[in-house]
Amino acid sequence: MTCKTGDTVVLARGLIKRFGDFEAVRGINFEVRGGECFGLLGPNGAGKTSVVRMIYGFSPVTSGRLEVFGEDIGVKARSVKARIGVVSQEDNLDPELSVMENLLVYAGYFRINRDLAGERSREILEFMDLADKAGHVVESLSGGQKRRLTIGRALINRPDLMLLDEPTTGLDPYARHLVWQRLRKLKESGTTMILTTHYLEEASQLCDRLVIMNRGEVLEEGSPEELISRHVGREALELGSGAGLDQYLLEGMGELVKASRVLGEDLVIFTERGRELDRRISERAAELGIEIRRRGIRPANLEDVFLKLTGETLKGGREFTGGGSCD
Amino acid sequence: MIRGRQLPGGLTAGTDLCLPLALKVFYRNLLVFKKTWKANIMFNFVEPVLYLWAMGFGLGVYVSRINGLPYIDFLAPALIASSSMFSTTYEMTYDSFTRMAYKKTFHGMVATPVSLDDVVAGELLYGTFKGVLYGTVFLAVVAMFGLVKSPWALLVPLPLALMAMAFSILSMIWTSIAPNYDSFGYFFTLIITPMFLFSGVFFPVENLPPGVRLIPWFTPLYHAVEVIRSLVLGQVTRSLLADLAWLAIFILLTVRIPMVTVRKRLVQ
Repeated sequence: MTCKTGDTVVLARGLIKRFGDFEAVRGINFEVRGGECFGLLGPNGAGKTSVVRMIYGFSPVTSGRLEVFGEDIGVKARSVKARIGVVSQEDNLDPELSVMENLLVYAGYFRINRDLAGERSREILEFMDLADKAGHVVESLSGGQKRRLTIGRALINRPDLMLLDEPTTGLDPYARHLVWQRLRKLKESGTTMILTTHYLEEASQLCDRLVIMNRGEVLEEGSPEELISRHVGREALELGSGAGLDQYLLEGMGELVKASRVLGEDLVIFTERGRELDRRISERAAELGIEIRRRGIRPANLEDVFLKLTGETLKGGREFTGGGSCD
Repeated sequence: MIRGRQLPGGLTAGTDLCLPLALKVFYRNLLVFKKTWKANIMFNFVEPVLYLWAMGFGLGVYVSRINGLPYIDFLAPALIASSSMFSTTYEMTYDSFTRMAYKKTFHGMVATPVSLDDVVAGELLYGTFKGVLYGTVFLAVVAMFGLVKSPWALLVPLPLALMAMAFSILSMIWTSIAPNYDSFGYFFTLIITPMFLFSGVFFPVENLPPGVRLIPWFTPLYHAVEVIRSLVLGQVTRSLLADLAWLAIFILLTVRIPMVTVRKRLVQ
């Protein structure tokens, strides 16, 4: 039953999802292969959750082709779902039941016999670092513990494919890192994963390959490193001034500037050689009599790729909130 | 336009039901119930006693006899049915709505081999179970008061099960279209309470004005009250089979509706 590395696990061709007049997914193509962690990166409303819901058959495909393990989920829902583990965006644990009971009840939905369910549940609690909470009622758990239990619950059927819809949204940084550690271990053990996120860090930490989505469309596809080097180079230079900075600054920089975007009152310039660019921009600013109040060089990241492709940030606004310090 | 076509299509199409998985859904609810049953059952035990005292011994003093029976003998068996009806309808409205809309329990289940039809079937079974359980507790109270006149009363769980299933279906349909908790007020005020008052629980339906006398016949509660009262009093006749058949047919005709309406609400 398990998938071999490299086999096609999910295949989408011209996939469309419409809600009334609104097209949430607009004819996208992607392929997820066995053993990889595949990311859907994009802001809220990009259509990521719609894609995930179609993969596990909760939401019917409007048109296009979607195959999971080579089957049409609309036709073979039960047998396909038996091989998938779903971690949805909202917690839907049974709050009145204990941690252990949550796992056992869920195992029942997969018709796993009691002995095996008990054995697996103990393993899962150990793996998810929840063993000492087995008898606790879910209501008493912290947000991070609930998330880990939700992920653990999705492992009860030893899934060939895990769907993780915004697995760390709403968690504090520490809890988020604990979740990432577990997901990395799962990945190392060969579990195929599809992960949606609007955190660039999550995507770059976990995904082997990803698509960048915006407004229902796939803008780009590749590994995080590929995408960064293809679109924005190694570094980003952020400049800020009281008034808007204009593009005159960039005249004559030639090859040094890979791309640039204006965000509110800031100018973000992508380059392979940050220091050199910074020096030349300073000279140019002095010539033009433009005052630069804030400047910073930082490594380029996926957020920059998104910014370059859409002119927007992943948080869905035009205010830039990425890294970059003043000096 | 598309929506208009889905409803009849869903009704005629076969359901996607797997009974063992529906039972897993039922079992999940039962497990949650086990955590709170002591408090719940106690509450349910006290309420009927209060009703019997207030209505039977209090009001009954002013009511000479109904159909040749002391008022409390007439009333007590019918309260078994109405108590069962209320426990089922509360469970399948407020509690089901909480599972469906707030706890997202249904969403979690359908991410597994369980289908949405299995979930609805499991919920209906659980609503039925609760109605039978609470009705049977009331029967025990009635027996303690010495109001059970015949061993036929041992068959009471059968009409209770049919009636509770009917009310599970009705409640689930309402729950699937309810926008919020407030709307359940309409369900109880417009449907459940009138049934409670006019389906032969407190007085024979023959006392209703001629124009409306037939209306109770169209309610599940009326038929359940007819059967349960006869069993408890030991006045068993063949006409009871017609009442049981009415309930069974009602279930067969309506059981698919909540599956369609819940799907319509959740699946987009």
